[in-house]
Parts: sequence; C-alpha cells; structure tokens
Amino acid sequence: MTKYTKDHEWARAEGDVYVIGISAHAAEQLGDIVFVELPEPGKTIAKGDELAVVESVKAASDVYAPVSGEVIEANQPIVDEPGKVNEDPEGAAWLVKIKASDPSEFDTLMDEAAYKEFAESEE
Amino acid sequence: MTDALKQTPLTALHRSLGAKMTAFAGYDMPVQFPLGVLKEHLHTREKAGLFDVSHMGQAFLQTTEAALGADGAHEKIAAAIESLVPGEIRKLKKGGMRYSVLLSETGGVLDDLMITRPARDDKQGLLFLVVNAATKAQDFALLQEKLGDRAELEIADHRALLALQGPKAAGVVDALIPGTGEQTFMTMKPYEWNGADLIVSRCGYTGEDGFEISVPDERAEELAKALLASPDVEPIGLGARDSLRLEAGLCLYGHDLTPETSPVEGNIAFAIGKRRRAEGGFPGAERILHELQEGPSRLRVGLLPEGRAPAREGTQIQSADGKPIGSVTSGGFGPTVGGPVAMGYVDTAYVEAGTELCLIVRGKAQPAHVADMPFTPQRYYRG
Repeated sequence: MTKYTKDHEWARAEGDVYVIGISAHAAEQLGDIVFVELPEPGKTIAKGDELAVVESVKAASDVYAPVSGEVIEANQPIVDEPGKVNEDPEGAAWLVKIKASDPSEFDTLMDEAAYKEFAESEE
Repeated sequence: MTDALKQTPLTALHRSLGAKMTAFAGYDMPVQFPLGVLKEHLHTREKAGLFDVSHMGQAFLQTTEAALGADGAHEKIAAAIESLVPGEIRKLKKGGMRYSVLLSETGGVLDDLMITRPARDDKQGLLFLVVNAATKAQDFALLQEKLGDRAELEIADHRALLALQGPKAAGVVDALIPGTGEQTFMTMKPYEWNGADLIVSRCGYTGEDGFEISVPDERAEELAKALLASPDVEPIGLGARDSLRLEAGLCLYGHDLTPETSPVEGNIAFAIGKRRRAEGGFPGAERILHELQEGPSRLRVGLLPEGRAPAREGTQIQSADGKPIGSVTSGGFGPTVGGPVAMGYVDTAYVEAGTELCLIVRGKAQPAHVADMPFTPQRYYRG
C-alpha cells in the first residue's frame, strides 16, 4: 500500500521497511530533474526532517522524511541518472528505504484518493 | 492575483500551446511549454526557439534640439543618451546597436539595455531602446527626468517583441522576411511584412545567432504563428531563456547586475567606450574610471562546480582555505554543458581562470573553480 504526504512524498510499506520517493505529481511539477542528493545509509532521521534534495533546471526542492527511522538503502542509480525520476517516480526511481522506528506514523499519511484530491486542490 | 497580471499579445497563443504560466515582472508569462525546460534549451541550441519578450520595454528617444542635417541630429541624441550611459553612441554606425547600461550617480547599474541607431537617413536623431521588463517604468521616468529638455521619449507599448534564437533562426526568418539573413550581429533594419512595420535586430540573449523582431501588437500572433510553422521552431519559456543566457555568460539584471555593482565589477567594461574612458561625462565616472585604472575590488566571474550539485543564487563562495570571498548571483544546471554552471562576484585576488574555490551548498563545501565565460561557444553571425 502506498501513502502520501502533503509535501508530495510517497511511502510504500514492505514489512517494517518503507520505500520512499516523490510523487508523480511532484515530478511533473518540478520538470526535468537534473540532480538528486540522497542520505548515506545508516543515517537516523525523524519524520519531517530533510531527507533528500531533488533539483530541476529551475529550482532545488527538499524531500522530507514521511516516517522516522534509519536509512538502510539509497537508490544510487538515480543519483547517476537523475532523469529517471521523471520517468518512473513512483516505481524504479524510489529515493531511499527507511527502517521505521514508529510504524504508526505511516498510518497518519494520506491514501491515494485523499492525496489526489489534495494535489488537485493545490493547483 | 492572476487578474492583476498584464498580458502580452501572445498570452492566448501561449496558453493554447499548453504553456505553464507564471508571474514575471508583472506579466503573465510562459515559464515552459510541454517540451519542458531541458528540451527547450537543447532545441534552441540545435535548431531554433521562439521567445516572447514583449514584456520588455521598447521606446524611441527623439532629439528635440535644433541640428544640422541627419548626422547633426544623431550627434544631438547621442550626446543626450551619453549623459546617462558609458557607451560609445556617437560613433555608432547607422543601423548599429550597442549593449549598454544606465548608471546611477555613484556608478551603479540601474539597468542594462540595447541602444540602436536607425538605419534610414530620414530617421537620424532617433534612438531605439530596449530595456528590462522589471525596470522599464523607472528607466523611462529617469530618461524623461534627465533628458526631457533635450529629447522626447515615446514609449512603444503598442509593440510586441519576439526573439527567434538558434542556428536555424536565420533560415527561418529570412524565408519569411527576405533580406534579414544578410544582417550581421548587432545590426538593425526596418522591414515591411504583409503591411506590418517590423524592426528586425540581429541579436539575442542566448549566445546563439538569432533575431529580435519588434512588431505592432495586433500583428504579433500572426508573426509568431508564421515562425512556429517551421518544423525547426519550438516555443520556448522563461525557464530555458534563463539557462541559455546563464550558459552564454550573460547578466540577468537585478541578480548579476544591481544598483550596487559597477559595470567594471560586473565584468562588462567592454560596454564602456574608448573615448568615454578618456572623456568621462557619464554618471559615476569618478568611481568607474578609478576602477578601470586601479582594478575593482571584486569582479563577476564564471564558476564551474566540480561535482553535480547546482549552486544557486545566494550561495556563499569561499577560497580553498575557507575564507568567504563572495557569493553566487546566478547558478543552476546548464543543459548544454551537462552539469552545473554559475556566476558570482569574488574578491579580485581570486578571479584568474582555474582558481580553486569552494561553494557552500546546503552547508557543505563543494569544490569549484573559476572558469572563462561563456560556458558554451558564442555563435553570432558576423558576416
């Protein structure tokens, strides 16, 4: 199940590990992504902290952690080819995997329908 | 909010082409088209891009002083404008244009602008000016205040301005407006196109060959559509306009040039004419001539980050040993360069190409070095 934040991140539960990325809506709004900065595995992060940075030609954008925990994996191929984030933002171009310290945080995120409505209301 | 924004004669066309619009200098402008910033940028360097720059300020400055003949009239209007800019306008050839700056009394840059001398004998005593959108009201007020007793300013707010830039621009424009292809870089000629009077200048702000075409408002959409009819032409938004001018090493007013920076510090001393250097007679001449003689204390330089992280405007620049020496005024990703590019002001001890520096991006020192500009080769048509 995939859930979303108001800052346009998504999180998908795989056991107690959460795969994190930016939404297709966010990728579309940012335009061509030319730079991605990811945290080192092993880093401990709290929900709402700056987790990663994605930059388009126009601007830099912070990515915030949807859940607290420890970063256990970063998706290195997208650092080498940032354009992949535009191609498949909610699939192959995930950013990091976080081992959650408080899985109940995930439950507070929006489901797909709620996020879709939220994203549309923002435009 | 959107209601308060001004429109250009091409706003409806931009929307119909699927543009993403943004507020810029009080105008509702296209920031990108469906192609996207990256591909719009590359398309312009490869083929040709059409830009709506109608938000910029166009004006005619006409001498009101008695003069002997056409050349005498030009001398009068040149002397008038030379009291506000450091450029050599008097010796400008008929149909020639020059990049210059409006100066404050302390030698700061109030705006950068294009000044064109008409090609036709019967138009001498007139100058065609193009200034920036965000500063046009204050520029025109300054011209009226300072030159009102010597010249009449006619603001051409009924004219649109289209730019076609890129290696295919000359073929496209010449097919539509025969003769334009023979114009060389920084020259202007008037044309009639299907009954519309056009002012065609071979110039631009991308580093590519190209044209800026001033056209009456009511004919602008027709001209834009005629240019877009070529398979080589794509509409280009402000996003790619910015990345193209950044790679070309060209200044964005309000960022790379401000009322605090002099043209010498801004590394555009080429805009200060040789005779003007000897004679002075422009606002802030004392400071500017001193800086030309002794060197300024800081200078705008090109910066190439060695990693992949773009360094944006406001990024602190440090020497290799960690001393703050300046800041980035424009920076981002250069699609043609294929990596980050930037420009900024540094202490003059650090301006030599190759000097190692650090850019402080999100608290981390990223290695970079001073680089010659432009970052991509200029491809102007010089005949």
